[in-house]
Amino acid sequence: MKATPERNLNNHSENGLSTESKEKLNLLKADVIATRKVGRLERIIGKETYRILKGLVTTPTSIIGLVLIALFVIIALAAPVIAPPIPGTNPYSMPRDGYSAQPKPPMSEWKSGTPPIPFWYTALTGREEWVHLMGTSSNAYDIFYGVVWGTRTALKTGVIIEIATLIIGILVGSISAYYGGVVDNIIMRIVDIFMTLPFILAALILAAVLMPVLGRSTLPSVIALIVFGWMSYARLIRGDILAVKERDYVLAARVIGVRNSKILFKHIIPNAIFPTLVMASMDIGTYVLNFAALSFLGIGTEVGYSDWGQILSFARDWITQLGTYWYIVVYPGITLILFVLGWNLLGDAVRDVMDPRIRKMQEASSSSES
Amino acid sequence: MTTYIIRRILLVPLLLLGVTIIIFGMLQFLQPAERAALYIRDIPKNPEALESVIRTYGLDKPIYIQYWNWLVGQKNPNTGEIHGGILRGDFGYSRVGAEPVIDMIKHRFPATLELAIWAIIPIIVVGVWLGIQAAINHNKFIDQFARVFSIIGYSFPAFVFGLLVLMIFYANLKWFPPGRLSNWVIAEINSGSFKTYTNLMTIDALINGRLDVLWDALRHLILPVITLSYISWATFLRITRSSMLETLNQDYMTTAKAKGISTKVAIKKHALPNALIPVVTISGFTVVSLLGGVVITETIFNFPGIGSAAANAASQLDVVTVLGFALFNGVILILANLVADILYALVDPRIRLSTN
Repeated sequence: MKATPERNLNNHSENGLSTESKEKLNLLKADVIATRKVGRLERIIGKETYRILKGLVTTPTSIIGLVLIALFVIIALAAPVIAPPIPGTNPYSMPRDGYSAQPKPPMSEWKSGTPPIPFWYTALTGREEWVHLMGTSSNAYDIFYGVVWGTRTALKTGVIIEIATLIIGILVGSISAYYGGVVDNIIMRIVDIFMTLPFILAALILAAVLMPVLGRSTLPSVIALIVFGWMSYARLIRGDILAVKERDYVLAARVIGVRNSKILFKHIIPNAIFPTLVMASMDIGTYVLNFAALSFLGIGTEVGYSDWGQILSFARDWITQLGTYWYIVVYPGITLILFVLGWNLLGDAVRDVMDPRIRKMQEASSSSES
Repeated sequence: MTTYIIRRILLVPLLLLGVTIIIFGMLQFLQPAERAALYIRDIPKNPEALESVIRTYGLDKPIYIQYWNWLVGQKNPNTGEIHGGILRGDFGYSRVGAEPVIDMIKHRFPATLELAIWAIIPIIVVGVWLGIQAAINHNKFIDQFARVFSIIGYSFPAFVFGLLVLMIFYANLKWFPPGRLSNWVIAEINSGSFKTYTNLMTIDALINGRLDVLWDALRHLILPVITLSYISWATFLRITRSSMLETLNQDYMTTAKAKGISTKVAIKKHALPNALIPVVTISGFTVVSLLGGVVITETIFNFPGIGSAAANAASQLDVVTVLGFALFNGVILILANLVADILYALVDPRIRLSTN
């Protein structure tokens, strides 16, 4: 990907330029070579973005994070291949092996209601009968199926909540910051009020009151987490915009009579929100965690829906026998932790790369060491 | 600073109004018949009686009248008694608890308070200590360790951690059981041979001079305290570390070292007081969230506090009860945030000395 700068510059200088400009170009070339090699990619995407990207693919923690996230995306996309659903049923509902309340240990055989066997299983083990790879939970739901399809549920809900909270946060925060004064004051007090309510309890209540209205699905929890989740973005973006708002180009736009909404959406938001946007997008892990927490408490999806929090909630029936039925906790638990960990590792690296204060400190410490 | 404090106090009624409006708004998702639980204990099944209850308590009236009734209560024309009214401390009747919501809160609060008191000490002490060590040894082993530790802590959902801890220490080792007290202690309390004064079991055990009860109470507290601590350490570690790092890079630290004081004294005298200012805020916030009942941790360990009661009511769709708990929680939060902000102003010289 990285072309050497000499070749790049030479390509341009070949095109019949005057000697004067060739000289200038040589000077420029010397300058560039003296300081640092600039690759083609860096030119296309800009210095700052390049630095961030480079930081992300060279930090060990962010690499682990990226790999984990990629893995989960692949599992979500390939869910029908990894754990084929019974044809004609809702793929999100976990298949049941009978109706026994007692959980069955991993590798025990499917007795009834067996879904199609995935091709990789026969290829790997050479066996023809499908087993419960991770055992079954209470009421004979297959944990492996739930973990695989739960990845889809997690990514879907996480992304939806993320996008919705960001949009609300950006709108509220930017309107508040741009108009300032009374509008700003009123909006920020509303944000204060929303932040006063204890988050998980408030989300729990809203999901609980929405459940009879909307029925049991992912929707009540998703809506509840959106309604009580946008405030911190609004605050962040308000801060960013307040900083950008004072720049000269905004004043210039106002002087030549550009409409308020156009200044806001064309000039301020694009320049103010990029860092916040990137940092915020790492919150998907937290949203999935909160969604799972609500499911764990028995709010949200219908019984048997592939959803990590719900499988974990089955473990609550077996607290005294968790030593025997460890697999109800361990498999979905570790999956959830790895998912959240992936986003947090990446988010941590992004924060480090983008935070100018930390950057300054690192530069200071590395220069003092050398 | 006086202006700051006055302005901050004036904000309280506004926040209270806002919180009541949001909670009242969520109540509107319920049918009028369900909302009758705000005023009476037994909601009649028979449609005519139900109709008269709805009329008596104005559940079909315009929304602002209903809001007002909800705040101050509504007189029953037949008996002349006033029912409901959150300003009178009447949050309605709990279907799950089969008692008034406010009584349920009173019964449950001591357990939550006790858990909060025991949890906050290890949370702050260990979290802050780790943060300071990580900052002082910037980029050395302990810093890297603390970093990994805190990322994993952030990623560990309380309910997975709690279940794993229960699996190891209760199901396998049988050391620490869930719940709050063993059955024999409960039996002694019911028979009156063990007197409760404060309802904080560890303190009552000491007053009664019963070490066996104290041990029993502690055995039940250990797992939830560990869970809460592990989840919160990450936050404390991170905030202390970054605040400490920032302080260590300040010019006055260089000056202090240039004067010839040892690094240890420089850190203790000059860095720590300033670095710990943000920790004060986050500590206040943590205490408050613990007092509001930690929904998930209490639920896993079957700890009979406010949080588990709210979760239980929510899963049985007893919305009036959950909203009562949320209101209680919101009020605590607002008042405690006020205290924390004023403390912050007193601690931070930049605010304390400002005349504006």
